[in-house]
Amino acid sequence: MRFINNRTDKIAEVIEASTAQFTAQCYELYGLPPLGSLVKTGDIYGIVCHAETAGIEPGRKPIARGKDEASEEGVYQSSPQLAKLLRSQFTAVVVGYKDGDRIYQHLPPQPARIHGFAYLCQPDEVKEFSESFGFLNILNNAALPVSTEELVSAALRQMSLAHEDSRAFLVAGGKEIANLLSSDFIRLKNILGRLK
Amino acid sequence: MTERLGIVTNASLEKGADVRLDSPVSVEDMVVGRYVTIEGQKRRFFGMITDVRLGVTDERLSVSPPDIDDPFIKDVLTGTSTFGQIHVTPMLTIGGDADSMLEGPQPVKTIPTHFSAVNLASEADIERVFGKEDKERFFVGNPLDMETRLCLNLEEFVKRSNGIFGKSGTGKTFLTRILLIGMLQKSQAVNLIFDMHNEYGWQGTSEGGPPVKGLKQLFADSVAVFTLDEESSRRRKVSTDFVVKIGLNEITPEDIAILRSTLNLTDLAVEAAYELRKRLGRDWLNKTLAMDEEEIREIIKGATIHESSFQSLKRGLGTIGRLGFVMPETKDEAVSNILDFLQQGRNVVLEFGRYQEISAYLLVANLLSRRIYSRYQQRMEEAIAADNEAMKPRPLVITIEEAHKFLNPEVADKTIFGTIAREMRKYNVSLLVIDQRPSGISEEVMSQMGTKITCLLDNERDIDSVLAGVSGKNELKSVLSRLAPKQQALIFGHAVPMPVSFQPREYGSAQSYKDFLPSDKTATKPPAEDIEKLWE
Repeated sequence: MRFINNRTDKIAEVIEASTAQFTAQCYELYGLPPLGSLVKTGDIYGIVCHAETAGIEPGRKPIARGKDEASEEGVYQSSPQLAKLLRSQFTAVVVGYKDGDRIYQHLPPQPARIHGFAYLCQPDEVKEFSESFGFLNILNNAALPVSTEELVSAALRQMSLAHEDSRAFLVAGGKEIANLLSSDFIRLKNILGRLK
Repeated sequence: MTERLGIVTNASLEKGADVRLDSPVSVEDMVVGRYVTIEGQKRRFFGMITDVRLGVTDERLSVSPPDIDDPFIKDVLTGTSTFGQIHVTPMLTIGGDADSMLEGPQPVKTIPTHFSAVNLASEADIERVFGKEDKERFFVGNPLDMETRLCLNLEEFVKRSNGIFGKSGTGKTFLTRILLIGMLQKSQAVNLIFDMHNEYGWQGTSEGGPPVKGLKQLFADSVAVFTLDEESSRRRKVSTDFVVKIGLNEITPEDIAILRSTLNLTDLAVEAAYELRKRLGRDWLNKTLAMDEEEIREIIKGATIHESSFQSLKRGLGTIGRLGFVMPETKDEAVSNILDFLQQGRNVVLEFGRYQEISAYLLVANLLSRRIYSRYQQRMEEAIAADNEAMKPRPLVITIEEAHKFLNPEVADKTIFGTIAREMRKYNVSLLVIDQRPSGISEEVMSQMGTKITCLLDNERDIDSVLAGVSGKNELKSVLSRLAPKQQALIFGHAVPMPVSFQPREYGSAQSYKDFLPSDKTATKPPAEDIEKLWE
């Protein structure tokens, strides 16, 4: 897992936004927030549901360059242009917004703004946000590029890191999912299996 | 202190309410028979847990169970996908407004709304329903798993005939002793106890323990011990007040009719007894036993009695004549003595000593009761005619054991006990019936019993007959059949607002005897708070 050096810094900029999700391009190559982490742009909160690193031009594919290099880092050192030709971007599913002091865990009235800065939420904010589990329902029903089970469990795992008693948090979250998936035990089992 | 258990998810007046338990509440802490309150929107309901179940939201969960070794999965699923459920039978309700508060608990006629909160009943709730110990209410025990004192209104209790049932060894005798003490202290009624096994009067036995004190040891002033067997009483060092003798001249054909099956008599032999009485008059029994061959032939001829019937009868009468307490002639002293004691407000325990065979018990209990009852009837009618309340005799409770022998469908019509049970309080006499085979008692008599207290019963027919006609019978059945084999009982009927299973109070230790004795001295002392107030 990569860590961003200064967590209060902006990490990306929104390049595509809709009511249900937004995509942001990272300022640093590979400066991606972890899957399932809570990010925000403006007053809108999102959970990272997908990330990719690819060439900036859709037609030009990267080619293998490391045959004569001793390490992977060496590839980037000997071809410094790579950092400019490649880009990392992530997509976050919108799970809520802040209005004044209150956090609402439902879709915001307006989508995020293009070129809005995206930040990785700090533990305090994550804790505040995860006091309620309304976002789980949004994740559960969203059309996602990864499986719901994966994302829901990743999100809870990420959030649990912000809580002192992460097990208690996971149990509480698990119970919420158990209620949401009361009629689908197999999915529930898959998620719970990924929470440990 | 209330403890929330869960919420009502489903209910019907007929079938009761389903309650889904909150996740921290373990089903294993829920026991059948416990009291809960349901906080409806407009009223509170009191009910009893009558079933405990496990539920799952998805059937697949029971088909392919999760990894139960993983505590995390278990924690998550408990109370969500898998949950506990209890079934509550609401029994009483108290409305929220002031009027209904004053009115007190009423029988249930409706059900709580969806998702009403369900709590364990607190001590105050129980007290509100059953009342506090006072001059009419007597502390009989504690509701199961609770510290609260369960109080029984004995003034109400003695207004009907009552029954105590339970398999042998479940604590019927202890329970009866407690109730007798209660009646002695809290009600106007006096007791006449036909004590077959010498358990109540002076001292009784306790399984695997030292002997326990009987009524007279505790309340010498208000209890008299009569005996049929002076010798046995003396051996047991019982101070008796009177030795009862039964005269053959007092025995009527009706008494013989009840003994038909115990004496192994034919129907015709019983008929012969009536015939002989008609011909020979009041002293028919003595005369019959004294007859020689010649006289017998003569009477058989004249009275159309078959010889074998006569011989069968004579054999039976011989058995009675050989009982040690039977005299050829007595002057009805036993009955008038018993009545005198009862009228003075003293309770009478009649010990049977060594005469523990059922025929002796049936004969004596029926014979004495019939006479006492007829005197009561006479006095009561005189009092009614004179319209004088003071002339009415004291309410009398007759305690009989092995009641199914007196009250089985075959003889219930013939014995005095059948009459008492049916006619209830008309003549101020009621019954306290102790029995281990309630199914043997006539249905009609069972249906007239006011309050029934039952210890564990495990025969299906016995359970059915005890619970016949009670609302929520099936639910109570599951409570009843799960009582502990000792010292637990279920009480329901006239004297209690709703059924309750309870553990009878302690009887047998020095402290328990002390607790039974009236605490007059402490009652007159003003409570500590009042003294505090004087200083203000």
